[in-house]
Amino acid sequence: MARVSFLFKERLFAVTLIVPCFLFVSVFAFYPILYSFYLSLHRIILSLPGLEQLFIGLENYEQLLNDPFAMQSLINTIIFVFVSTFFEILFGLAIALVINRYFRGRGIVRAAVLIPWAIPTVVASQMWRFIFNDNYGLLNFSLFGADTALYRAWLADPLFAFAAIVIADVWKTSSFSALIILAGLQIIPDEIYEAAKIDGANAWQRFIKITLPLIKPALLVALLFRTMDAFRVFDVVFVMTQGGPADSTNVLQFYGYKKIFAEGLMGYGSTISVLVFLITFIISLVYIRTIGTRLFQESS
Amino acid sequence: MKRICGNISFSLTVILIVFLSLLPFVWFLNTSLKTQLNVTAIPPTLLPSFSFHFYQSAIANYGLLHYVKNSLIVAGSSTLITLIIAIFAGYALARLKIKHKGLIMGGLLLVSMFPQISIAGPVWKILASIGWLNTYQGLVLPYVTLTLPLGVWILASFFKELPKELEDAAKIDGCGHFQTLFKVIIPLAAPGVFTAAILIFIYSWNEFFFALLIMTKQKYQTLPVGIALFQGQYTMPWGEIAAASTVATIPLVLLVFLFQKRIVRGLSAGAIKG
Repeated sequence: MARVSFLFKERLFAVTLIVPCFLFVSVFAFYPILYSFYLSLHRIILSLPGLEQLFIGLENYEQLLNDPFAMQSLINTIIFVFVSTFFEILFGLAIALVINRYFRGRGIVRAAVLIPWAIPTVVASQMWRFIFNDNYGLLNFSLFGADTALYRAWLADPLFAFAAIVIADVWKTSSFSALIILAGLQIIPDEIYEAAKIDGANAWQRFIKITLPLIKPALLVALLFRTMDAFRVFDVVFVMTQGGPADSTNVLQFYGYKKIFAEGLMGYGSTISVLVFLITFIISLVYIRTIGTRLFQESS
Repeated sequence: MKRICGNISFSLTVILIVFLSLLPFVWFLNTSLKTQLNVTAIPPTLLPSFSFHFYQSAIANYGLLHYVKNSLIVAGSSTLITLIIAIFAGYALARLKIKHKGLIMGGLLLVSMFPQISIAGPVWKILASIGWLNTYQGLVLPYVTLTLPLGVWILASFFKELPKELEDAAKIDGCGHFQTLFKVIIPLAAPGVFTAAILIFIYSWNEFFFALLIMTKQKYQTLPVGIALFQGQYTMPWGEIAAASTVATIPLVLLVFLFQKRIVRGLSAGAIKG
């Protein structure tokens, strides 16, 4: 009997400890998701508070499908996610392979690599915006020197502006991928490489046959964390391009922000919120299924 | 011979990586130390003029110090509150008998991946209805929510590594649950708590999206919002933007150089185990 009450006390204690965390997450994360869905079924215009919240069913969703700007920003977001994630994993892998080796000053190099990750995205975006500046920018200067007649307004060109936000994002977040991949590299025992060397495998073969398969879980984790994060790209676009020129860098989160908070269309904007949520939710479920099971078994 | 070539190309790769990682920051630092004349020189001048004009101007004309104050208040209190709540939850999930652990950890992971836009409208409405737009607590609440998953995952992974016998010994000595947590577990997990604190602080210091929505009055805006919205009368105030950016970045650069090992460990904790 005493044993039972002891267990009960421990359960009670555990639940008490979790309650504050649960409250925060419920009120400010889960409830807002449901509320977004509810709002998306209404017509709500913030600048006209006298107007009642009118239930209009799926009308907002119909409008979303026929909104060329929304569709353009969906396509832009998908291209952004693919291109930036691809380069982030590629550079992340290269950086991880380098900082995994032993050499003098490795600590300092690791710290230097972490700087882009630590810098506020807004600051990083201003830095790159200045580098791409048509008059004072470092890019024009390094390409054309003092020949100012050749200077280009990179951010005024749809294609280059898109490339610019990708570059800023890749610069900022490759080191995050590198750290995740590094953690994967560190758990490979040296003996495997020694054995492969004795068997006559060259560096390339060792990379393809040993390193890559063994860091696959780490690569997947990095890939999916980056994918999810790239879907919510906002800061870079807000600072560097404001979605322009000609909507070439308009992405979903920026478009939703503009609809809800600049134009005050809380109802219609919420359909974009729901759309972004559903896309990322499906991807994260795939993620948790592929990699998560092992993690959660360990923690149970 | 082959080995020397390998070493040289390796060194060059290291130098290239460091150069590219630091270039934009160094260039902005350099810009912040120029004179007005040199910033708008076409073509740009490469060397700084070691003038502190833009720092003075950013403080006097753009209220830089007041953004710093707001950022310190918001990031500081978010870090403190998240830490306390995450220590409790992390401990319970790592060491105590509790149902549906996997589901809870998975749910938290899901929250950390929520796109901000999918909760932005309702969060704004909730805060507006209780009159907390343009208040510090109005921004701290979503920050605590968004940093909790990170905090709980890191702390749980640290708590898990402490030997199980500790709690038993404390119990035998007559410690209650709370006493065990505060007197035995937290002191031993101090490195983990510190690591979590650094990462939570960096997140809250850097966050832009919610700060932009919630703090519409300049009086309460944080550094990232200030830096994003700096406007000159006729031209972009690049010198002041660079100065403010440097001020926003220096604390983070210091944290990274001092605690590189902890940050590397903290970021990969939870993500890779198993």
